[in-house]
Amino acid sequence: MSWEVVIGLEVHVQINTATKAFCGCSTEFGSEPNTQTCPVCLGMPGQLPVLNGLAAEKTILTGLAINAGINLESKFDRKNYFYPDLPKGYQISQFAVPLVEGGYLDIPGKDGGEKRIGITRIHMEEDAGKSMHEGLDGVSHIDLNRSGVPLMEIVSEPDMRSADEAIAYLKQLHQLIVFLDVSGANMEMGQFRCDANVSVHQPGTPFGTRAELKNLNSFRFIKQAIEYEVNRQIELIEDGGEVVQETRLYDSAMGESRSMRSKEEAHDYRYFPEPDLPPLRVTQQQVDQIRAGMPELPGQLRHRFEREYGLSSYDADVLTQTRALADWYESLVAAHPSDPKRCANWLANELLGRLKELGKEIEHSPVSAHRLAGMLDRIADNTISGKIAKDVLDAMLASDADADAIIEAKGLKQVSDSGAIDAIIEAVMAANPDQLAGYRAGKEKLMGFFVGQVMKASKGQANPGMVNQRLTVLLKG
Amino acid sequence: MPFSSLSEIKARLDAGETTAVEVAQLYLDRIKAHNDQLNAFVHLDAAHVLAQAQASDAYRAKHEPRPLEGLPIAVKDIFCTQNGPTRCCSTILEGFEAPYDAHVITRLKEAGAVLVGKTNMDEFAMGSSTETSAFGVCRNPWDISRIPGGSSGGSASAVAAALAPAALGTDTGGSIRQPASLCGITGLKPTYGRVSRRGIIAFASSLDQAGPMTRNVRDAAMVTAAMAGHDSGDATSVADAPALDWLAACDKRDMTGLRIGKPKEYFVDGMDEGVRAAVEAALQQCEALGAEIVDISLPHTEYAVATYYVIAPSEASANLSRYDGVRFGHRCNEPEDLLDMYTRSRDEGFGAEVKRRILTGAFALSSGYYDAYYLKAQQVRTLIQQDFLQAFEQVDVIATPTSPVTAFAVGEKTDDPLTMYLADIFTIALNLAGLPGMSQPCGMVDGLPVGLQWIAPAWREDLLLGAASAYEASTDWSKQEPQAFAANGGEA
Repeated sequence: MSWEVVIGLEVHVQINTATKAFCGCSTEFGSEPNTQTCPVCLGMPGQLPVLNGLAAEKTILTGLAINAGINLESKFDRKNYFYPDLPKGYQISQFAVPLVEGGYLDIPGKDGGEKRIGITRIHMEEDAGKSMHEGLDGVSHIDLNRSGVPLMEIVSEPDMRSADEAIAYLKQLHQLIVFLDVSGANMEMGQFRCDANVSVHQPGTPFGTRAELKNLNSFRFIKQAIEYEVNRQIELIEDGGEVVQETRLYDSAMGESRSMRSKEEAHDYRYFPEPDLPPLRVTQQQVDQIRAGMPELPGQLRHRFEREYGLSSYDADVLTQTRALADWYESLVAAHPSDPKRCANWLANELLGRLKELGKEIEHSPVSAHRLAGMLDRIADNTISGKIAKDVLDAMLASDADADAIIEAKGLKQVSDSGAIDAIIEAVMAANPDQLAGYRAGKEKLMGFFVGQVMKASKGQANPGMVNQRLTVLLKG
Repeated sequence: MPFSSLSEIKARLDAGETTAVEVAQLYLDRIKAHNDQLNAFVHLDAAHVLAQAQASDAYRAKHEPRPLEGLPIAVKDIFCTQNGPTRCCSTILEGFEAPYDAHVITRLKEAGAVLVGKTNMDEFAMGSSTETSAFGVCRNPWDISRIPGGSSGGSASAVAAALAPAALGTDTGGSIRQPASLCGITGLKPTYGRVSRRGIIAFASSLDQAGPMTRNVRDAAMVTAAMAGHDSGDATSVADAPALDWLAACDKRDMTGLRIGKPKEYFVDGMDEGVRAAVEAALQQCEALGAEIVDISLPHTEYAVATYYVIAPSEASANLSRYDGVRFGHRCNEPEDLLDMYTRSRDEGFGAEVKRRILTGAFALSSGYYDAYYLKAQQVRTLIQQDFLQAFEQVDVIATPTSPVTAFAVGEKTDDPLTMYLADIFTIALNLAGLPGMSQPCGMVDGLPVGLQWIAPAWREDLLLGAASAYEASTDWSKQEPQAFAANGGEA
């Protein structure tokens, strides 16, 4: 039997406003528990919510970036449930009429094509606080700093057919969110959280019963959890069982999921219109204004990099992973305009790898684009070879000195004087008579040996082009 | 002095004939003398009252007096105040002290008022008799075997017995107007959105509105003028509400040409015949003053009570979820687990009527019933709003009885919630429509006051105040006093 996997995703994104969705408290992460609270987000008697307009604007911006429609009048609803970290006993959300409806994202598909993933809606809501149970000896503590932090929930259509497609969609969405500067989207801090609805069926038949996987907080766990769930469902059906609608919690340590609650135990959230907030009304002019302020999106940027700088699609992809990286690349090109491809190579292949080892993002690179460009200039004018340049870059990362100073101080300047190179070649030939005889007897492969020996003897400073050229002449005798 | 109005006290303060401290002391003495009989106040901090009065006198010595300078105003226990407990007359708020003042409390303080105590009310404002209070039954000064109405019964009782010259109430389905009617005083419910709800403990958010309970129409205008205005902290407080000159509206006492609608649905079988006669007489009086009485119909009136008892409990069921024993208020002893803590804390903390409404609301909102109850109720609400809009194409204001009956006996209706709910039959519709309404005394039946209700289009409280002032000037009903509480009054 062949099974088709059907996946829909709900992504909660913390909107990066400075203050909460319905009060003036700070949203900063990691402060002392309960220091960023007020009577509103503590749910105290008589307190009322007032919408943070910036959170709505950022949701609209996201909606426009996924090609969705904006509802000029949307509504807030109360989602009722009891939990100690939900102070009001209800969450303000949007149920009946969300702010954003009907969009899509195109992800890389099979055979180099694109696959369109539908996005049903984006609605605004508020986050709950945090309960802490561990190590507290039978009591629980509650931190309400996160209570009322604005979220947008991005709900996809059930359009993904594998865990890999789900991951591709999530990565694309994550990148978009970061580009739009609507969220830090840090998964470890819970700023980008995913629930997955997974089912299997045989093609041509109706969708199977779905299970909802909750709170998946890394791309790796999401993939593992989906794959585990797909296998579980297929095995269950093939053993004559039936999938039941339920919510399951994935345990990343155990690599398995367990049922959290069944359909019968599912909450009845008793949604109804939030009487404390009038409908959210925006004008078409406001929407147009937000659209006009839209930054260049990753796809547009990628295509422009390929077109404008002649980059391979791979390099263009790497350099557009974040807005900061793309900006850094463009500063580098501005400072070293003669060779955008050299810029791409040195940034993508050399600097990023070294930064990763240092645990630094490009924004915090010790070497500025201007300093790196100074080194690329020395490669371009043959002062140093590419090989030596790698050492220069290491030295630049370890100090504030620019490339010229390092080249000067360490005497790394490339030797391009043919007299000096000839002298080294003569010495190498004299020291290796057997290889010389072999070469002259027709073993031309030995050319490589001599190049290596000469470069070694010059401590890498000999101009490799000239070494090749002079060896060709001198080896023949 | 004790049965003086705010306006009279203000005149004497302004003339230097008395001081805010003297006035405060007079009322504190009266509360001390009479509150045991009435149970109108559930909390009083005399020292705090006197401190405010002293501060007011000091302010007056150096500055122009503010609009409510030195005037004592009692506060329903539903308004959060930084001073003292705020309990909404419920056990669930045991030990709760708000770290903030309600927005209207701030405004009254800024206007120079001296805030006096906390008055009794039905628990969470759910009731029409002030019998569901965790602090015990409140009594009607006209006959202490009877209820004062509710839910703002403590405020009504206090003003009627002159334990305070004015008080704040809230009105979700009649909770200012009905007790005002039953206690023979004046009560105003402003247009929804006129007065900020911030810091007022929510019962039904789309219906709640705060307003004054006073001894005459002008006093109501004075207090509302201080309370009203946009609050950026309440998204339902309307930013571009038409401003009114509240006091000027009371000065226009001419009814000539005023078209008063008399809706047939508010003069029905089963209402007290004495009440009907008193209100009919009041309308004849208005006609004699030059008004035109127009028979009108508000055809969806009969559905108002049912609609209200779906919408208000639905909103309440969510509004009261925050009383869960986790952060403040009552928590049961030694909970076994989380569920036990929730269920026992709430079971012990809420009274029977509050539980009934939470259950009703949760049921109306639950999956499978939402369309039949909540959604249908919202649709009917729209029809009721349209009834009024159509009526106001023909008339300027509408006049009705405030309550179909006079004050009933304590305990008379407590066993029959449905009969109790019908006590608000004439007041509920305008909350559903968001309209302003007012009750003023218009007669007595067997020694008990009857109230006349005025209803105006949204934002036209000036029409209410004008009509009510004109009527008031032509009768003595608002000058009636319950004799049992006059005896110890003395003269300041």
